[in-house]
Amino acid sequence: MSVKKKFKGLSDKAVGWLFIGPTVLLLLAINIYPLVYAIKMSFTNFYANKIGREPQFVGLKNYIKVLNKEAIWEKMQVTASFMFWTLLLQAIIGLGLALLLNRKFKGNELLTTLIVLPMMLSPAVVGVFWTYLYNPQVGLFNYVVNFFYDLGSFDMIGSSTLAPWAIVIVDTWMWTPFTMLICLAGLRSVPNYLYEAAEVDRASKWQQFIYITLPSVLPFLLLALLFRGIENFKMFDMVVELTSGGPGSATELASINLKREAFEKWKTGYSSAFAVILFVTIFGFGNVYVKVMNKIKER
Amino acid sequence: MKKIMILLFVSLFSFSVNSNAKSITLGWAAWDPANALQELTKEFTAETGIEVNFEFVPWPNFADRMLNELNNKGKTFDLLIGDSQWIGAGAVYGHYVKLNDFFDKEGISMSDFSPATVYAYSTWPKGSKNYYALPAMGDALAWAYRKDWFDRPELKSEFKKKHGYDLGVPANWNQLHDMCKFFQGREIDGQKRYGAAINTERGSEGITMGVTAAMYAWGMEYENPNKPYDMEGYFNSPQAVEAVEFYRKLYEDCAPPGHSDAYMVANLDAYKSGQVAFQMNWYAFWPGVSKEDSDGRVSGFFANPKQNVAAATLGGQGISVVKYSDKQDLALEYIKWFARPDVQQKWWDLGGYSCHNDVLNSPSFPTSTVYAQGFLDSMGIVKDFWQEPTFVELMLPMQEAIHDYVVNGKGTAKGALDKIIEEWVEVFEADGKL
Repeated sequence: MSVKKKFKGLSDKAVGWLFIGPTVLLLLAINIYPLVYAIKMSFTNFYANKIGREPQFVGLKNYIKVLNKEAIWEKMQVTASFMFWTLLLQAIIGLGLALLLNRKFKGNELLTTLIVLPMMLSPAVVGVFWTYLYNPQVGLFNYVVNFFYDLGSFDMIGSSTLAPWAIVIVDTWMWTPFTMLICLAGLRSVPNYLYEAAEVDRASKWQQFIYITLPSVLPFLLLALLFRGIENFKMFDMVVELTSGGPGSATELASINLKREAFEKWKTGYSSAFAVILFVTIFGFGNVYVKVMNKIKER
Repeated sequence: MKKIMILLFVSLFSFSVNSNAKSITLGWAAWDPANALQELTKEFTAETGIEVNFEFVPWPNFADRMLNELNNKGKTFDLLIGDSQWIGAGAVYGHYVKLNDFFDKEGISMSDFSPATVYAYSTWPKGSKNYYALPAMGDALAWAYRKDWFDRPELKSEFKKKHGYDLGVPANWNQLHDMCKFFQGREIDGQKRYGAAINTERGSEGITMGVTAAMYAWGMEYENPNKPYDMEGYFNSPQAVEAVEFYRKLYEDCAPPGHSDAYMVANLDAYKSGQVAFQMNWYAFWPGVSKEDSDGRVSGFFANPKQNVAAATLGGQGISVVKYSDKQDLALEYIKWFARPDVQQKWWDLGGYSCHNDVLNSPSFPTSTVYAQGFLDSMGIVKDFWQEPTFVELMLPMQEAIHDYVVNGKGTAKGALDKIIEEWVEVFEADGKL
C-alpha cells in the first residue's frame, strides 16, 4: 500500500497531529514531565545524592524556608539589579546603534557585522576572556580606563562595588547587538511616506523621532527586552566564569545559587521549591509584560 | 570482491579482539601527578596485559564531574582517585567498594602506610578499621619561595635592619607576613614584585583550604572533642577569629593585584611569572616547580609555618574501586599492584607522593628532593576539613562567608564564622547528626 493511500482516509486534523505529535511528545518528556516532577519534589525533603533514603512529604516547608531565607532575597536583589542595568543599557545603546545603522553610509554592512560578533560567541568563553581583560596588571580594560582618567590599579572582579558592574558591562557588550538588530528590523519597517508627510508638515527631526520613529520601534524594542529579560533572569555561565558569584556573594545571581543548592549541596526538594518560585516569578512578570506590550501595540 | 571480503573480515576480527582486550578506566584530577601515574601504569599494563584508560578532569570541575558520576551510579570509572573529603560519602552512600576482605586476602596491611594518610584517605568512620581506599597520593598545603631573592645580600641586610631577624624560612605566620610585605610592590630586576600568591578562590574549595592553613596553625578545632558536632566556641574560638583576620591582612597587604579568585593554577602562574616571592600550594606541584627553575629562579620550599601549634591543611587522595564498575576484579588487581613497595618507590621517583612506610622511612628519603623533608614534616601535622558525606554542603557556606570577609571585606571574622556554624548546624540537623 502506498503512503498516499495510507494517509488518504485521515482527516486534516489527524494529519496535523501526526506532524506535531513527535514534537509534543518530546516537549512532554523533556519539559513538562521534569516540571511536574520538580513541583512534586518541591513538597518533599528529597536529597538526590542520598541513595536509598525515601523522600518524605513536608508540605509547604521548603517554600516557607526559601521565602524566609535572607540570603535568597539578597540573591534576588543582585539578580534584579543586574537585570535592571543590563536592560536599561541595552535598550539605550541598542536603539542608538540601530538608529545609526539605519542610515545609509559607506561601510554600513561591515560595521553591522562587526557589531553583532560578540553575541555569536559562547557566554562561557566571553566570561573567561573578560577575566583577562579585567586583570588589573595586564588587562586591557584598566589600561583603557587609565588612558582617559588615571584611576591607578583597580580590580573590577575582586571588589564588591565594581564586580556587579563588571558583569553588567560584559552582558551589555555581548547582547546589545541583539537589541540593536531587533530595533533595526523595526526601523526598517517604518514606511517612508510617514517621514515625507512629516517633512511636508515641517516637523523637526526630534518631532519625527518622538512621533514616528519611537512609537514604531517601541514594540520591537519591548520584545527584545522581553527576550533579554528572560535570558538574564536565568543568566549563569558567563557570570560563573567571570566571578564565580563573588567576591563573597556580590554577583551570585539566583540561578547560580539555585545550581549550588541543587547540584552541589544536592538539596533537591528545597531547590525544586526555589526553582518553582523562580519559574512563577518570571512567568508572572512575563505575562504582565506581554499584556502591557500588547496594549502599547494597540495604541 | 574477494579482497574486500577478506579486508572486511580482518577488520571485524581485529575489532572483536580489541573489544575483548582487558581494560579499566581510572579517573583523577588533571595535574602533574596524574601524568606521573600514567607513566607508572605502563608497567602495570606490561605485567598484566590490562590496559588502563585515564580520564583526568580539571580541578575546578573535578568534584562536580566525579560526584555526579557516583551519584548517578555511573560505570565510566572502575577506579577513582577521589579527594580525602569524599570518603564519607563514598562509604555511606555505597559508591566505594569496602576493601577489608581484599586487603586480608592479598596480604596488604594498612600498617605499611603512614598512619595519617590511612586515617585521612582510607577509613570511614574516621579512625575505624573499615577501609574504602588505599592511600595513593599524600599531600598537604605548603609554601614555595624565591630562594634566589632571599639570598641577595642587599635584600637580606635591608630586611634584617628593618625587622631585626634574618630573611629566610619564616618561623611563624607573623614572620611570613613581614617577609611577604617586604616584597610587596618592591622592584627587583626592573620589575614590580608582590608578596604572596595565596588561595582566594570562591567557586570550589580554594579559599577554605587557604584560610584553614592559618586557622589550624592558630589551634582551631572544628568541634568539641567530647561532644561531636558541637562547634560553638571551637570553630569560632578567639584563636580561629584571629587566624581569619590574619588571613585577610595577608591578602590585603601581600597579594598581587587581581588575585581575588585564585587557587592552584593561578598561584603557580603568579609564582612562575616572577610576580610573587611566595606561593601557597600543594606538595603535588613542587616537583614541577623545582624542575622548571630557570633564568636564575631558585625555589625553596617549607611546610606550613606554625603559630600557636604546628599544623597543615591536608590534601591528597586515596584510590578506590567504584561499586558500580563491571570490572571490579581488574580494578582490584591494579590496587594490588599499586600497593607493592617497589611500585610505591617508583611512584615517588616519578613525582608522585607515596604514602608507603618503606618509601617514607628510607634513610635516603629526606634528602631525595629539596621538598622531601618538608613533606615528611607536614604529613605528621595534617588536619582535614570535614569528611562527612555532606562535606560539599559544609564547604559551600564556608567558601561564601570567608570570601565575603577576606576578599570582599564585608563584616567581621567572628560574624563570618558564626554564619558558617549556623549553616553547618542546619546541614547536620538535616543529616540527622544533631
